[in-house]
Formats: sequence, structure tokens, C-alpha cells
Amino acid sequence: MAEPSQLTQHIESFVDSYRSPNQQAASLDAIASLLKNNVLTIEKLVREMDMYLTTTDDVIRARGILLLGEVLAHLASKPLDDATVHSLIVFFTDRLVDWKALRGALVGCLALVRRKSSGGVVTANDAKAVAQSYIQNLQVQLLAQHDRKLCFELLECLLQRYPNAVASLGEGLLYAVCEGIDGEKDPHCLMLTFHIVEVVARLFPDDLLSNYAGELFEILGCYFPIHFTHPKNEDLDVKRDDLSRALMLAFSSTPLFEPSAIQLLLEKLSSSLPSAKVESLKYLSHCTLKYGVDRMAKHSEAIWSAIKDAIYTSHEPSLSLAPDSLDGLGFQESGFLSEALTLLETVLKQNDGLLLSRIIDDEDINLIFNTMTNYKNYKNIPLQSKLKLHAVGLILSVSAKSSTASCNKILESFFPRLMDTLELSVGNPSQTQLPDDNHVFTDRLNHGALFLSIELLAACRDQVAGSEEFLSESAPAHETCSLLLKNFSASLTKAFISTLATTTDDSTYGADIYFGVKGLLVLGTFPGGFLIISKSIFENILLTFTSIITSEFNKTSLWKLALKALVHIGSFIDRCHDVEKALSYMDIVIEKIVSPASFHDFTLPLPLKLEAVSVIGASGPSYMLKTVQGLEEAICANLSEVYVHGNPKSAEVAVQLLECYSNKVLPWIDEAGGYEEVLLRFALNIWNPLENCSVFSAQVHENGLLDATMKAMKLAVGSCSVESQNIIIQKAYNVLSLSTSFPLKEPMSTIPVQLKGLKLTQERNSCYSRDVLIHSLFASVIIAVRPQVHIPNLRLVLCLFMTALLKGNVAAAQALGSIINKLDVKSTGTEIPSNCTLEEVVDIIFSMSSWSFDDNGLSRKHGGMNNESEMGFPNICRGVVNNKLLQIHAITGLAWIGKGFLMRGHEKIKEITMIFLECLSSDEKTGFLLPEQDSSYDNPEHNVHLSVAKCAADAFQVLVGDSEDCLNRKFHATMRPLYKQRYYLMMMPILQSLIVESKSSSSRSMLHRAFAHIISDTPLSVILNDANKMIPVMLDGLSELSNDISDKESMYSLLLVLSGILTDKNGQEAVMECAHRIIDRLIGFIAYSHSTLVRETVIQCIAAMSRLPRMRSYKLRTQVLQAISKALDDPKRVVRLEAVKCRQAWGSIG
Amino acid sequence: MVSGLINANPVVYEKKERRVRSASDYVDEYAVEPIDQQEVFDILSASLILMPVNLTIVIVRYTVMIFERSIRDIKDPEHPYSLEELKVITEDAIEVNDERSYVRVTFTPTVEHCSMATVIGLCLRVKLMRSLPSRYKVDIRVAPGTHATEAAVNKQLNDKERVAAALENPNLVDMVDECLAPTYG
Repeated sequence: MAEPSQLTQHIESFVDSYRSPNQQAASLDAIASLLKNNVLTIEKLVREMDMYLTTTDDVIRARGILLLGEVLAHLASKPLDDATVHSLIVFFTDRLVDWKALRGALVGCLALVRRKSSGGVVTANDAKAVAQSYIQNLQVQLLAQHDRKLCFELLECLLQRYPNAVASLGEGLLYAVCEGIDGEKDPHCLMLTFHIVEVVARLFPDDLLSNYAGELFEILGCYFPIHFTHPKNEDLDVKRDDLSRALMLAFSSTPLFEPSAIQLLLEKLSSSLPSAKVESLKYLSHCTLKYGVDRMAKHSEAIWSAIKDAIYTSHEPSLSLAPDSLDGLGFQESGFLSEALTLLETVLKQNDGLLLSRIIDDEDINLIFNTMTNYKNYKNIPLQSKLKLHAVGLILSVSAKSSTASCNKILESFFPRLMDTLELSVGNPSQTQLPDDNHVFTDRLNHGALFLSIELLAACRDQVAGSEEFLSESAPAHETCSLLLKNFSASLTKAFISTLATTTDDSTYGADIYFGVKGLLVLGTFPGGFLIISKSIFENILLTFTSIITSEFNKTSLWKLALKALVHIGSFIDRCHDVEKALSYMDIVIEKIVSPASFHDFTLPLPLKLEAVSVIGASGPSYMLKTVQGLEEAICANLSEVYVHGNPKSAEVAVQLLECYSNKVLPWIDEAGGYEEVLLRFALNIWNPLENCSVFSAQVHENGLLDATMKAMKLAVGSCSVESQNIIIQKAYNVLSLSTSFPLKEPMSTIPVQLKGLKLTQERNSCYSRDVLIHSLFASVIIAVRPQVHIPNLRLVLCLFMTALLKGNVAAAQALGSIINKLDVKSTGTEIPSNCTLEEVVDIIFSMSSWSFDDNGLSRKHGGMNNESEMGFPNICRGVVNNKLLQIHAITGLAWIGKGFLMRGHEKIKEITMIFLECLSSDEKTGFLLPEQDSSYDNPEHNVHLSVAKCAADAFQVLVGDSEDCLNRKFHATMRPLYKQRYYLMMMPILQSLIVESKSSSSRSMLHRAFAHIISDTPLSVILNDANKMIPVMLDGLSELSNDISDKESMYSLLLVLSGILTDKNGQEAVMECAHRIIDRLIGFIAYSHSTLVRETVIQCIAAMSRLPRMRSYKLRTQVLQAISKALDDPKRVVRLEAVKCRQAWGSIG
Repeated sequence: MVSGLINANPVVYEKKERRVRSASDYVDEYAVEPIDQQEVFDILSASLILMPVNLTIVIVRYTVMIFERSIRDIKDPEHPYSLEELKVITEDAIEVNDERSYVRVTFTPTVEHCSMATVIGLCLRVKLMRSLPSRYKVDIRVAPGTHATEAAVNKQLNDKERVAAALENPNLVDMVDECLAPTYG
């Protein structure tokens, strides 16, 4: 139970105006929660507050009433009995008189009126009493902003929840509304007032409203167009657009506003403010709909001339025939123009007859038609006339699109005139073949007429496509339009084709090309089967485009447009499931361009051909299958040509085909889904030629065929399901086991290493043998398979890959990494004896000892100097065998294997990392033996050593970096969440202490290299956590890396991390601590001559530093400005531009 | 003093195509790209895009200071075009010789009596002084026949002493800085 004294305390603390707002709010909450929990009743509260509610002290009374009101607002969902609600509302209604304590009364009324029906609501009579009291007592515009807002909220709420009760008050209410909203300026209140007007207009009958409509509109009209001067940064939740929308709804709320509203809007349309014009057009289209046909009829002339003016003047002056786009009209639509067009469409839809006749009889439009001869060549039309021409095109196109009848009418009145200008005769529609040369287009066709007829045709096409009825032949509605089109389609097609045929040169006849292609495209995408556009015409169009594709590839823009048009037609056919047209399309386009036979035809350059194939193939699923098939056959044919005959020309072709397949085709197949058999077939088909070939020419792989094949193979396999992958891997294994060098014996525990072949100067040709090809391809299958797929004879495969790895085959290393990454810890394949668990695999890899066999094929244990245990794989990495190339191969391989471990979060990664670190700092040991001298750099021994260390440092890049080639999501890698973060946290302390301890400069630079690799691939948020520790190390690293040209990439990525820290809010503190050091170092790199990117980023970093607090940056200002002024004379332009920006940023600090 | 825009209905011209940065920038890392016409133009237009806007605001503010007019009448500038669009500066009007470290900018005021000519000229000069290597000699001119007091303006703009003196006037420097300031937000 609440002590009464406690309640009194709460009340007093609220009422006392000297308490802080927080205390007041707290006591309000306390009282509300007492009531909510039924510890206190309303009645008891009112009794307790008796004195505060009735005292003659204005301040205390105001606070007291406010407390009661606020408490009620908190209890919106608590059920109250009707008697309580009644007595409370009577009280508050009564208090509306009391202007000194008005706020509380308003809050109270609002809280009660807003109550949900579930827990006791105000009755209609009471509501009416509230409204009455409101009308009598409130002088809204005399109140402060917040009170006004409350008043409007109360009125809005009354109007919405008790419409009948309030409406019965009649004129009195209307008068109060007018009085209340007149002169309102606050955006929040305005939102409410606009809405109130809207509701009022809906609520009251017209005869009553008509007396006040003029007055109401006079008040509203002042706000148009909404002019919003609030600065953007002020966090106001009302936007200009909201206000404008609310006002628009208020404008259109009743047809009674029509006389004044339309007049005002038309007036504002001629204003010079662009925003006012756009608004007027928007309001006009909205109001047109709401006011109705009859009222709008008398304005139609004014509106039409307004629209015309708007369209004529609204173009962007940058009017060009964008030849890249066939979709638009070739210029950007401004907001103004699109509003004007919407208005035109609205008016047309509402009352087409009246406006249509205006359009048809319009003088300006007819003038254009009468002077069409001036528009002979598009290039020579002056800008103003061009604008007019486009405007007419737009008007006609919008009007034709608005309805079937208007389409007919427009076409009827304008189309024949255009045809006359073009001197086209009526072709015989029944004629099945093309009209013979009954008319020869000796002259260039009139461009203006061409433009307009294309616009009309396109509009007509869109209109027809939108209406269902057209598809039935007997539809009378389209009689005129379809008859006209039927009559002219043949000769129009011919005209367009001739336009295309006469083009000789790209630049001068850009318009010709555009018109020709666009015209044919419009005709080619006419809906309704062969009803309007006969089959022969359609096929003729396709033939024209196809022949352009296959033979006129010299005219780049024509070729591109034609291709685009074909794609449009293809996707159009696909969209509307037109079987007959699809047949024609297949026969003509797909057969000619995509069929496998066409790949032997070399007239069209292959890159263009592939572009055409991939784009056309993508236009519909049925074409895609055909395309894929064609491409696949071509690839297989070329591959077997390469493998059997060693034809280098085929190899070149095959590379391009494969690239197209991986980059274009595979993404579609993935996107479309459900075409797995295609992928499966492709993968198997690549293996097929390998199975049969025995002769193999080595040279052909030089040009990247192997890489392209592997990539395509990986991607294809990666998107297959487990079953298909099992089939593929089985097939691959079969081919592999046929290969000659495959060890068919029992799994070995030793690796045959042909040390003789591993000289420091690698003999490239010997590497590209057939075995390498098959091993690499097999590796790429392994890389891409899902974890569930069973790899046959895993032990053997492991041995094979280890051997390949030591020979320097990176794909084999990646495959090993993938196997390790995906292998289940508890192997599921226990029933299959050859399968092994992860531990066994690890065991095999790490305990395998190396064997060497000489040319005689006699195996013997290698090395008299080492015993077996030292020859294990890790020891090769450590360089126990005195063969550096072998060591480098081993380290690279180990990096990929380590990546497999790292990503699945396996402990083994620690051991592997230690091996790398040993290799990195092994210089330390030798460093003691050979005291460092300058001459030691010339020492070949030293160089070899460096290359090993460098390789170990780069291993960290492999470990942490994301690879496109393997171990990513596409290839189903197992990824432990946050593995990079964990590795970063593990490595940083070790690396930092190693860097501090390292004594030789070369090993320190290698450690920095490794550090840079790790840090640049770790998510920035982790680095930001200990940025203060990282920044000094990064700066040292940058200095180290800047000494070696080959490190510029690492330097760049490190700089990117630094710039990330500099621009992040969380990094600011750390940056501030060592701002001086950062600037000192960065300024040193401004002159780094080896990489433009580095210089650019350095300057960007410096510019970012200018945002530090002024007390920090001001001291550095002089130093920076001096340094930057040198960069203004940088040899590269991008750097200079950055320097200008940076100088501006630092210069403005002063 | 006028409170409205000095030229309320300027002719607006099309903007020129910009140099796009090619994605494959594998050009010679050590090759020198000399400063050329387009670059100077980019420097000017990059920061002067909003100059007319800033200029208007600055002018209006000074007007207001003097006449204490109500700020209510001041709307957003009605034609926020850049100097490029107004053809105050064009690329062809810039003459650069990188070897001889020389640049000459000829600008065209929008109307003959444009009282802003000296201010625009001063802004151009300051911008170039800050953005080009110090070896450059900058020459700013009003296009012949486009301004009523052409000779006077030219003389004023290229007189070292007078420019230096102008830049010592804190009010003027503030005004120039404001014109050249990048937009905030």
C-alpha cells in the first residue's frame, strides 16, 4: 500500500515548479504506476489533489490540472468505468474556460477522447460538449506553439472519432476551424491543420461547406507552394515533402475548392520558381482526379496550354540521341517534365474527347507537321526546333498510350501525314513476301518524320500490349490502328532497312543508325503474333539484324545497337510466350550466331562473337540452353584438337571460349537454377578428350589454357550437387589412374622427389607434361567439391598431391588445403577402407619422408647425411635439404595446407605458423655467422636466403587473405566464424615481440612484411580496438616496406588500413596520441616514386588528419602545407588533384 | 545595392564531358603527366561549382549587414549553376604551358556590367595560387569585349601589389575563402 504521505509527496514534487523536470517526470511516473497497479484509484487521487485543482493560485492550479491530465495520458490502456470517464471529461471540458491553466485541460481532454474502446470511452454527447466548449472558449492563434499543437490534435481527434456528434455543431465548428488555422506557421501544427481541413471537407455536406469554401481556401492557398526554410541539419521530423503532400490532400479534399484552386495553380505554373512549377503540375493532376470531369471541363483549354508550355520548355538542353540506349527517348527526364506528362495522361484518361481534339487541332503541333521538310537531317536541326520536335513526340506518344480510342484517333490523324512525308506507299497487306522494289529510296529519309513515326509506333505498341482485347482478331476497337499499321508495315520495314543499309560511316550518320534500329525494334516487338506484323516482315527484321551482327562488325555503334535490339526482341518473345515467333527467332538468330558450326567461321572476330553469343543467350532460358550447348561443343572440339594435334590456334580459341563460359555462362546457370545436368555434362566432357589422348604437345599450355580450363572446371563442379560431384570425381579418378605415372602400388609412406629436375633455374617446359595437366585438373575438381563427397583412394591422392606440391604445383597444394579443410573429423566413411580421418591425413602429410629416385628409376633413401626423421615435410620447409627451390615449393604448399587448417580452426595452424616464423627469422642464425656487411647483399647465398624468407612472409598472405581460387564459399569451404580475428589476436603479440627482438635488418623487414599481410586482411574493427598499439608498428612497417620496390603492394594495403583507422571515429583517440609521428612518417612517403597509388593514399591520409581537433592539427599545419606544396608538382595527375584537396582541407584550418 | 540576383535569368550551357579515370591504370608508373588545360579547368570547376551560390550568399549577407534587411526574403539562389554551366570559364579559355610554368585564364562575366568580375577574378587567382606548383606564373584576364571596364579589371587582377594588398584585407580574404569553400553536408 502506498502511504498517503508518499502520494502527497509525489504530487507536491510535480506541482512545485522549482523542481527539476526530471524530478517532476519521475513523480508523474510513480503516480501513474500506482494507478496502473491498482494501488490507487482515480477517485482517491482526485480527492487527494482536490486543493491543487481548485486553488486560486494560477501556477499551482495549472500544474495540478496538468498532473491529472498527464496521468490520464499514461493510463490510455487501463480500463476505467464510464462514470469516472464522464466526470473527468466534464471536468476538463469545464476547465477549457480557464486560459491560465489551459495546458492541463487540453492534455486531459485529448487523453480521454483518444481512449480505445476497450476500456471506457467518452460518449458522443460528452464529445459534443468538448467541441462546443472548444468553439466557445479557445482562441487558438493566441496560444503558444505547443498549446496550439494540442488544440489541433484535440480537434483532429474529435473530428475523426466522433464525426457525427461534431458535425451536428454545423457552422460554428467551421467558423472555429477557419479562425483557428488562419495564419498558422509551425510545421507540426500545419501538418495537423491540413489534415483537419481534409477531414472537415469530407464531413460536412456541400451546401453548408459552400459558404466557407472560399474562406477556407483563402487560408490554405497562402501556403502554396510550400516554402520550407528550415535548415537541413535541424532535426525536425516534418519534411517539406510531407507538408506538400498534406497540403495537396487538403486542396483536393472537396470539389468546392475547384474555382479558386485551379486558378491559383495555373497562376503559379507561370512562376519563375522551378519548385513551384513542379508542385503546381503535381497538384493539378491530383486535383483533376478529385474534382471530376464536369468541373474540370471548363479549364481544359488553360490546362492544355499549360502542359504544352511545360513540355516545350522543360527539356534539358543537353539533347542528344544517346545511341547507347534504345529504351528511352535519349534525354534525361527532369522532374518537371515527368510531372507534366503525368498531368497530360491524367487529363486524357479523364476526358479524352475534349483534349484529344485540342491536340489534333493544335496549331503548334500542326506547324511542326507542315514544316516537316525542315527536319530532313537530324544533325542539322537547330536546337530549338529539336526541342519542339521532341516535345511533339512526347505529347503524341503519351496521348496515344492513354487509351485505345485516343490511340486510334491520334494514329488516324497523324500517321498518314508522316507516311506521306516519308513517301511510303501502302503495301498490300495480304502479300506474303516483301514488296518488290516498287519504290526505291533514292533519297535519305526525312529524319523528323522518321522520329515521330517511331514514337507513334512505339506508343501504339505499348498501348496494344496493355490491352487484352486486341489479341482477338475481330476486335473492332483497334480497327483503324491495326489497319493502318498492316498497310504500312511492309514499306516501313523496308524504309528502316534502307536507312541502315545506306549508313557507311559511324560518326556522321549516328541518327540514321539509331532510327533504323529503333524502328525495326519497335516493329519486331509488336505484340499479337503475326496479326499486324506478318511473319515474313518479322523474319526479315531478324535477318537484317543477324546479318549486321555477322558481317558488319566494323561499324561499332551499329553493331552494338543491333545486338541490343536482338536481345530486346529475344526477351520480348520469351516474355509473352509467342511460340511462332520463338520458332523464327531460333531458326534465324540462334542458329546463325550460336550454333556450334558457326564457331568454325572466323569472319566475325572471336571476342565480338562471344559477346554476341553471351548477350543473346542471356535473353531467355530456351536460348540459353542452346547457347550453352553450342559453346560446350565448341570448347570440347577445340580442346581435343589441342590435346591430339597440339594445334596452338585452337588453344587460343579454347582459352577465349572457356573464359566466356566461366565469366558469362556459369553465372546465368547459377542464377536460373535447375540446370545441373548441363554442368555435369560440361565437366565430364572436359575429361573425355583427356581419356583418349596419348600424344600430348607441351607448348600449347603456355598461353593460359590450363588456367582457363581449371577455372571453368572448378566453377562448374562447385555449383553441382553432391551426386553429380561424385560422378565427376569418379570419372576424374578413372582418367587419373590411367595416367602413366600414377603409383598403382600400395600407398607409400615416402614421396618420390626428383631432385635432379629441381635446379634453381626451373625448366618450364618439363613442367607442362600431360601428368601435370591431369593432376591440376584433378586438383581443381577436389578444390570445388562439397565436404560430403567421397574422394576415392584418399591416401594415394594425398601422396600424389604431395609429390606434385614439391614439384611446385600450386593447384595440388590448394587441393590438399581443401581436403584438410573439408574432411570430417569423425570420418563418415568408416565402411570404406581407403578413407581416412583427419588425424590420419595430417599424419600422412606431416610424417611422410622424402625419397629421391634417380633417372634409373632405382629408389633409394635420400641423403647420406640426414636420417629419415629429419626428412619429413616440415623439415623440408625448414630447409634441411639443401635445395632452396624445393624449400620454397614446400613453404608455398604448406601455406595452402595451413589455410585449410586455419579456416576450420584447427590447432595444427600453430605448429605451421611456427615453421614459417622460423623460416622468417632463420637469417638471425646465419646473421651471427656472417657479420652483416654491405657486400653480403651481393652474396648469392644471401639472396637465396632472402627469397626463402620472402616466401615465408608471403605465406601469411595466403593464410589470411581471401582467395578466388579455392577455399571460399563458392567452393564450399568450412569456415569457423571470426577465424581471421582469432588468428590476428594470436599472432600480433608474437610478431610484435619478434620485431622488437630481431637484430638483422633483413629479417626485421621480412617480419614487417608478414605483419603487413596479416593486418591488411583483418577486419578493421578488430584493429581499431588496439589502434594505439598498432599505429606505431604500422608506421615502422611502412618505413621498412618503403625500402624495397617489390613491397609496394603491401605498402599500399597497409596504408589502406591506416586510412581506415584515420577516418574511423573509434580510431580518433589513438590517432590523436601520435598525430605528430603519423604526419612525420606520412610526409616522408609523399615523394615515394614507385607507386602512384601509394602517394595518392598517403595524401588522402594526410587530408583525413585535418579533421583532428584544432588544438592538435594547428601545430602541424605549417609542416603539412610545406610538404603538400611539393606534391602539387607531382608527375601524376591524380596525386596532384588529391594534393589540391588536401591543401584546401589543411589551409582552411587557420 | 540590389537585393536580388545581378543577373536573374542567365543562359545555361551544357557541361562538358569529364575525363573518366580508367579502371586499368597499368600505365607506366614513372611516366610524367604534365599539367594541362583540362586539369587546371578541373581544379577551378571542382571548387567553383558552388561559387556562384556561395557568392550570392556572401553578397546577400553583406547587403543585409549594410541595410539590415529582413533575412526572410532571401531564398535559395534561384539558379545554382556552376561557373562552368554559365560559361564564365570554359576549358578553351585556359592556356597552360607546363614547361614554361605559365597559365592564363580568360573568364567571361555573365553580363557586361557584372560587378562581380573582380571578385570572381580574385577567387580564380587565389584558387590557382593555392593549387598549382609554386613555379607557375598565373595570369587572369577578362575576355576582351565582355566587360565594361575591362582594362581596369585586368589591371587590378594582375597587379601583384594590389592582389597582395587585397589579400591582407581580412574581410576580403574571408569572402574569397567563403566562395572557395567546399560545401558542408
